[in-house]
Amino acid sequence: MARRRDRLVLAALLTPVTLFLGVFFLVPLLTIAVFSFLTPGLYGGVEWAFYHWNYGRIFGWADGIMEVFEPVYLRILGRSLSFAAVTVLLCLILCYPVAFWVSRLPERWRLVFLFLITLPFFSSLIVRLYAWLLILKPSGLLNEMLLGIGLIGAPLEILYTPTAVVLGMVYVMIPFMFLPLFAAVDNLDRSLIEASYDLGATRFQTFRKVILPQTLPGIVGGSVIVFIPSVGNFIVPDVLGGAKGLMAGNLVEQQFLSARNWPFGAALSMLIMSVVLIVLVTFVTRLRPKEG
Amino acid sequence: MTGLLEIRGARRSFATPEGGRIAALDGVDLDVGANEFVTLLGPSGCGKTTLLRSISGFEALDAGVIRLDGRDIGALPPFRRPVNTVFQSYALFGHMSVARNVGYALEVGGVARAERERAVAEALDKVGLAGFGARRPSQLSGGQRQRVALARAIIGRPRILLLDEPLSALDRNLRQQMQLELKTLQHNLGIAFVFVTHDQEEALTMSDRIVVMRAGRIEQQGSPRDIFRHPRTRFVAEFIGETNLFDVTVDRIEGEVAIGRTAEGLELRLPGAGLTVGRRATAVLRPADFRLAEAGLPVTITRSVYLGQDLNLFAAPAPGGPEIRVTARDAADAPEVGARVHLAYDAAAVHLLEGA
Ligand SMILES: Nc1ncnc2c1ncn2[C@@H]1O[C@H](COP(=O)(O)OP(=O)(O)O)[C@@H](O)[C@H]1O
Ligand SMILES: [Mg+2]
Repeated sequence: MARRRDRLVLAALLTPVTLFLGVFFLVPLLTIAVFSFLTPGLYGGVEWAFYHWNYGRIFGWADGIMEVFEPVYLRILGRSLSFAAVTVLLCLILCYPVAFWVSRLPERWRLVFLFLITLPFFSSLIVRLYAWLLILKPSGLLNEMLLGIGLIGAPLEILYTPTAVVLGMVYVMIPFMFLPLFAAVDNLDRSLIEASYDLGATRFQTFRKVILPQTLPGIVGGSVIVFIPSVGNFIVPDVLGGAKGLMAGNLVEQQFLSARNWPFGAALSMLIMSVVLIVLVTFVTRLRPKEG
Repeated sequence: MTGLLEIRGARRSFATPEGGRIAALDGVDLDVGANEFVTLLGPSGCGKTTLLRSISGFEALDAGVIRLDGRDIGALPPFRRPVNTVFQSYALFGHMSVARNVGYALEVGGVARAERERAVAEALDKVGLAGFGARRPSQLSGGQRQRVALARAIIGRPRILLLDEPLSALDRNLRQQMQLELKTLQHNLGIAFVFVTHDQEEALTMSDRIVVMRAGRIEQQGSPRDIFRHPRTRFVAEFIGETNLFDVTVDRIEGEVAIGRTAEGLELRLPGAGLTVGRRATAVLRPADFRLAEAGLPVTITRSVYLGQDLNLFAAPAPGGPEIRVTARDAADAPEVGARVHLAYDAAAVHLLEGA
């Protein structure tokens, strides 16, 4: 009796969430999936007729008249994936040691630090990226400083290069990496580390056999949260990347906003989504701690 | 006693949140012999854990030396000390199987796999967990985790095993069973155990030697019987078991026996040796030292607590003063509350505290 009432209460509580996700998540997703198989309308929009050349353009079959196969799409997708991977790696390298440092701070300073790391969320992403533009441009802050102390003879060409894109993405993504990492590191039971030392493990062995596996959930979580939006990000390459820094997200953006080829944009979106999904599933299942 | 571990003048203080300093170890000298079961006993906060951690190397001393086999080990990091610990929280590695937990010391020590597996099976067998190797720690009960922690700590054959209140999380039955098993294990392994507890009963049942600590110092050490029968101070007398303490002034000497008198006028017979009239002393009488009898201390029973085989009686002395606790057999003729009885005891068995 009581259990049935519990179930009713649970259902009542979950219904709004389910409806919300159904309407605002699943419906758009399905729309994109369906659009990707429809014929592009002449002036934007779609015509309701099945059309597989959207994918043909990407993967290599095309009628050669209306649609032409161009390997550039796959190349850009590959570049997006590697940029995202580099971003994940850099965020990880930057955040992991800092997470340990912060977790050892006295309570008050920890709060201050955690507040600082979330501070960027209080201002617009675009504004912050334009600030980076001012820093990186040939006559910008960075070059002025390096020139000033005589480290370089001529201004560095960083802006509108892949370096600038990765730099900007790392900057944007750091809080998303740091927070799950910090949670995992902060939860780490100190007595496990002591037990490892006590049993004769060196610092390095302790790190590899105890600390790393124990914080792995945070590493995986942070990496996933950083990787997904990084692959599809189009704002950072828009502002800092120039033509050479074009990423998969920009392609989608162009198809929907400039070229007004919605089905092709939808096909590109579906491609990005499936590739990200495949990469993540492989990554997460591979990293599941192996047990001997 | 062959000296295995030697601690001299150990001092360690910590900053308190109030801005002061507290001496967790305030000049501790301790010897542990090979194959000895030593128990550190004392109330919470008296420095037991700090002393243990300075042996394992997790706490550096402000002053003093720690020698093992005559070698100063004070500067060695924990992983270089031939000492292993059973942690209070067990500290098992949750991401490893039971077998890998147990074999960890050998794994990091570079022992070959086959040899390791053999040793793990043997260690698991010793603690009664044969066949549990493939499980995760989370799939074990509290008592089983305790045993895994134990097996993990002994597999590397340490010179000393340190145990910080390892039984405090177990229920009473399991605790008593583990007490016996630990004692047997220590005997079979032939290594020294330094065991920390705040439970006097545990200390009495397991130890070769009990070291009673108080506020960073060693208050008294000796065999369990010695500590129980001959406490040197009021603190030790009250901490170990139930006790009746009587502050008396020696009134007169009658041959072998001295008669002491409390402030309320209760007269107690004491062993006379070394006492002179007018001396003040504190007499220690355990509840089981008393017998109900026809003559002796006149008392009125005020409360009676049924314990199964025994009764815990609280008796108010006729002249007044604090209640006396008496352990009596629960028999048909056991006194009722309100009964006036006499308490007899053996004057020679009365223990006097030094310098009271
Ligand atoms: N790391 C520490 N920082 C500050 N104070 C500590 C620390 N470790 C122990 N103390 C203090 O030292 C005293 C002794 O502690 P401890 O050795 O843990 O006692 P026990 O194990 O006998 O309960 C306590 O007052 C405790 O608060
Ligand atoms: Mg303690």
